[in-house]
Amino acid sequence: MAPPPLLEVKNLRVEFPTRRGTLLALDDISFDIAPGEVLGVVGESGAGKSLTGAAIIGLLDPPGRIASGEIRLAGQRIDNLPYEKMRQLRGRRIGAIFQDPLTSLNPLYTIGRQLVETIQTHLPVDAGEARARAIRLLQETGIPAAEQRIDQYPHQFSGGMRQRVVIALALAAEPQLIVADEPTTALDVSIQAQIIALLKRLCREHGAAIMLVTHDMGVIAETCDRVAVLYAGRVAEIGPVQDVIHRPRHPYTAGLMGSIPAMDEDRERLLQIDGAMPRLNAIPAGCAFNPRCPQVMARCRSERPELVDAGATRAACWLVHEAVSS
Amino acid sequence: MSTTSPPSSALPAAPGFWARFFDSDIWHSFTSSPMAMLAAAIAVVCLFVSLFAPWVAPHNPFDLATLNLSDSRLPPVWVEGGNSAYLLGTDDQGRDILSAIMYGARISLFVGLASVLLSLVVGVGLGLLSGFVGGKVDAFIMRVCDVMLSFPSILVALLIDGVGRAMFPNAHETLAFGVLILAISLTGWVQYARTVRGSTLVERNKEYVQAARVIGVAPLRIMARHVLPNVMGPVLVLATIQVAAAILTEATLSFLGVGVPPTSPSLGTLIRIGNDFLFSGEWWITIFPGAMLVLIALSVNLLGDWLRDALNPRLN
Amino acid sequence: MIPAAADMKALVQVEDLAKTFDVSGPWLNRVVERKPRQFVHAVDGVSFSIPKGQTLALVGESGCGKSTVARLLVGLYAPTRGSVHFGGHDTAKLKGAELRSLRRRMQMIFQDPYASLNPRWKVLDIVGEPLREHGLAQGGDALRDQVGELLRSVGLAAADCVKFPHQFSGGQRQRISIARALATEPEFLVCDEPTSALDVSVQAQVLNIMQDLQHRQGLTYLFISHNLAVVRHVADEVGVMYLGRLVEQAPKKSLFSQPRHPYTRMLLDAIPDIHMSGRARTPVQGEVPNPLNPPQGCAFHPRCPHANARCSSERPALRTIAGIRVACHAVEEGRI
Repeated sequence: MAPPPLLEVKNLRVEFPTRRGTLLALDDISFDIAPGEVLGVVGESGAGKSLTGAAIIGLLDPPGRIASGEIRLAGQRIDNLPYEKMRQLRGRRIGAIFQDPLTSLNPLYTIGRQLVETIQTHLPVDAGEARARAIRLLQETGIPAAEQRIDQYPHQFSGGMRQRVVIALALAAEPQLIVADEPTTALDVSIQAQIIALLKRLCREHGAAIMLVTHDMGVIAETCDRVAVLYAGRVAEIGPVQDVIHRPRHPYTAGLMGSIPAMDEDRERLLQIDGAMPRLNAIPAGCAFNPRCPQVMARCRSERPELVDAGATRAACWLVHEAVSS
Repeated sequence: MSTTSPPSSALPAAPGFWARFFDSDIWHSFTSSPMAMLAAAIAVVCLFVSLFAPWVAPHNPFDLATLNLSDSRLPPVWVEGGNSAYLLGTDDQGRDILSAIMYGARISLFVGLASVLLSLVVGVGLGLLSGFVGGKVDAFIMRVCDVMLSFPSILVALLIDGVGRAMFPNAHETLAFGVLILAISLTGWVQYARTVRGSTLVERNKEYVQAARVIGVAPLRIMARHVLPNVMGPVLVLATIQVAAAILTEATLSFLGVGVPPTSPSLGTLIRIGNDFLFSGEWWITIFPGAMLVLIALSVNLLGDWLRDALNPRLN
Repeated sequence: MIPAAADMKALVQVEDLAKTFDVSGPWLNRVVERKPRQFVHAVDGVSFSIPKGQTLALVGESGCGKSTVARLLVGLYAPTRGSVHFGGHDTAKLKGAELRSLRRRMQMIFQDPYASLNPRWKVLDIVGEPLREHGLAQGGDALRDQVGELLRSVGLAAADCVKFPHQFSGGQRQRISIARALATEPEFLVCDEPTSALDVSVQAQVLNIMQDLQHRQGLTYLFISHNLAVVRHVADEVGVMYLGRLVEQAPKKSLFSQPRHPYTRMLLDAIPDIHMSGRARTPVQGEVPNPLNPPQGCAFHPRCPHANARCSSERPALRTIAGIRVACHAVEEGRI
C-alpha cells in the first residue's frame, strides 16, 4: 500500500488577465509527489514549468493567479491560504532554490546571519543552537572551514559555493518538499554534477522530496525518479525517468528526446520537430501539439486528450488512447 | 515554412507607424491615466494659445496705438469695476492682461523649447561620444559635466548673459534671445550627456553593435543608426521635464531683469512688472501671469512623470 | 562534402594568440590604496589551424577564454601578442580595401538571440545591412528579393522581412542572425555558442540548418560551446581550453573515446547525459580558479589527480603525440 502523496496538484489552472484578454498559462495540470521522491518537471520555454513551481510556493507574480484547481501538501490545501499563513509555510515545509545564486542571497548580510534567521523563524531554537545547526548544514553541503566561512558575505564565495549555501538555506528549517527551479543552469558544467549529487544526497538524508524544474534532460536523467513533460501549459507525458527517456509514448516526448545530441553515438542529423511551441494567445484547439505532430489524426485537431496509462508511463495522446482501447 | 513565396511587390505592407502607435502599450497607458490626459490637454491648449497668440488674443497689448490709458488698472471682469472687454483686467498702461499672458507665454515657451532643443542636441551628442569612444575622451567630458554641475544653474545663466551683454551692449533683439537660449541650455545639457552615456555603455556591449562592427560598419554610423535610436527613451522623459525647468529658469532671469529684452516681455517679465502693483491692491497684474506659468510648468511636469512611468519596463 | 586532400590547406591559422585585459582600478584609487595593476590573461598563447570546409570546436568552462578567441579572430579585439592568418594573409596587416574584403569573407554568429538584433530595425534592414555596407545591394525591390532569398535559405518566409525582431521567437531570431551572417557569402563563420540560449528542439533545427549550409556552401566553422554533446555532433576537430590555454586538441572521435588531458577526462566524466546516466564516475574536485590569480605552472594542477612537482612550477607546452596535441607533463612523461 503506497504512502499517501506528499504533494497533490489537481487540475491546476493559472491565468494571466491582460488587456488583450485572459491568457491561460497552465491548463489543467495534475501530478503527485510521494514523500522523499524526486520529480522532474521538464519543458521548453513557455511550457509553464517555472509557473508550476511558483504556483506551488505561492509566489505567482500578479496579475497571474490560480484560476481553479487544488494544491495539497500532506492532505492540506495550500493554494487558497492567506498571505501570512503561506509565508509561514514557505521555508518551514516547502523550501525553494532558484536559478541565480547571486540574487537568492542578500549581499548585505553574512550567510551565517541569513541561515540563523531562517532557522529561528521556523524552528523554536535559541541563537546558539541555531548557529550550531547552521554550521552543521554548511559542513553537510561541503563548504570547507564552515566555522570561519559562516561569517563571510555572499560575494566572498564562488558561484558553486553560493549555490551550496542556497541549498543549505533551503534545508535549514527541515522542509518536507524542496522546489528547485533551474538550480544548476547558471553554473559551470563541471560544478553542475557536484551540485546535483549534493542536492540528491542531502534530500535523501533529510527526508525531503524534490520538485526539480529544468529544461536540461541530462540533469533530469541523473537526479529524478519520475519526470513530467510539459507542453504549452499541459502535461504531455509523466512517468519513471528511464521509461520516459527511452520508451516515450507521446510524439512530443519522442521528438524531444530525439533532438538531444548524444554523447555516446554519432547521428548524421538530429531529429527535429518543425515549428515552435505555440504562444499563449494562440494555442491550437484539441491537442496543443497537433500542428507539429508527425502522427497527427483528425481527432487531434478538435478533441483534447486526457492523460491515460500507456504501459510504464502516462501520456496525453489519442494514439495511446487508441492503442489502449484496442 | 513556405516553399514558394509571393514576389516582393506583393508582400504585405507592415502596419504603419500610426497603426502600431495606437495599438501600443504607451497609448493604452496614456488613455488609462486621467492625470496624463488632463495634463496633456492643458499643455496642448497652452501651446496652441501661445503659438497663435496674434490671432487668438482679444487685443494686442504691445501695439501702443491700441492702448487706452483710461482703461488702465481695471480689475478682472468678475470683480466690481471690471470690463468685459478685458477679461482678466488691465495693467497701469491699459494693456489687457489676458492678451499679455498669451503673448508672454509665447515668448516663454519659445525660449524654453529652443533651449531644451539645443541642450538636447549637445548633451545627447556628447553623451553618445563619451559612452561609445570611452577612454580619455570619456573622462574629459565627464569631468566637464562634474564641473558644470557644481555651479548653480542660475549663476551660470547670469554669467553667460552678463558676458553677452557686456560684449554686445547694443545687441539686436535676436542676439539677445540667442544669448539667453544659450545661457539656459548650458545649464541643462549635462543631464542628457550623463543619461545617454549610461545607456550607450550598456548598448555598446550588446551583440547587435558587435555584429555591426564585424560587418565593417564605421563607428560613427553605428553610433548614429544603431545606438542612438535605442537610447532615446530616457531622453524624451528628461526633455519633457526639462522644458518646465527651462521655462522657469527663463522666468527667473526675466524677473531679475536680465532675461528677455523688455520689448518682448515673457511671463517672468510680466510677473516682475506686476510685482510693483501687488501692494497697491492690483493683484491681478502679477497673479495671472504667475498662475499661467505654474499651469504650464505643472502640466509639462506631470506629462513627464507619466512618460517616465510608462516607459519603465519594470512597472508594466 | 568531404574536401579533397589538395583542398585541405588551412584557411585559418592562429599562432601564439594572446589577449590581456587591464582590469586595474582607477588611477586615483591605485595610488591612494597602493594597489598594483591587475591583468587578466584571457587568452594566453593559443595556436591552431582550421582546414577549409571543416569545423573546429572550442570547448571549456567559464573563464577559459574561448569567447575571447572568437572575438580576436573576427577583429573585435586586437591581440596583445600573436597573429591570425586568413587565407594566407596576416589579418593585422590589412588596411582599407583589403580589410573590407576580409570582413566579407568572415562573419560571426552570437549567443544571445535577443541582443544580437537591433530591436528598432526591421529584419529587412538587419539582413540587408551587410549587403548595403559592402556595395552588394541592388536598390529597392531587388534588395527585398535578396533578403527574401537569404531568409528562405534559413527556413523563414520571405514575407518576414517587414517584421521586427520582437515578433520572432528565440530560434527564429537566431536564424535571422545566420541569414545576416551569410549575406556576403563568407567562407568562414565564427559561431559563439549559437544554440546555448535555445531550447533543445529549436537547437536541433538550428544545428541542422548550419550543417546543411556547410554542406551546400563549403563553409568553415569555428564553433564555440560549453556543451560537449552538441560539440560532438557538429565538430570535426575539438580543442579544449582551460584558463586561456589550449590543453588538448584532437579529432572528435579520438577526443571522446580516448581523452588524454586530465581536464578533458574530468569534463567528459562530469557531464550529466541522458543516455549515460548512472555511470560510475571519479568525483570532480574544486572549481575554476580566479583568472586574476592563475596557478603557477600548469593552470590545472590544483585540481589534477596526477599533478607532481614539475606541474606546479613549469607550464606544459602543447606537444603533438600520435596526431593529438596535448599540453600535459603526465601525458608527455607517459605517466597516464
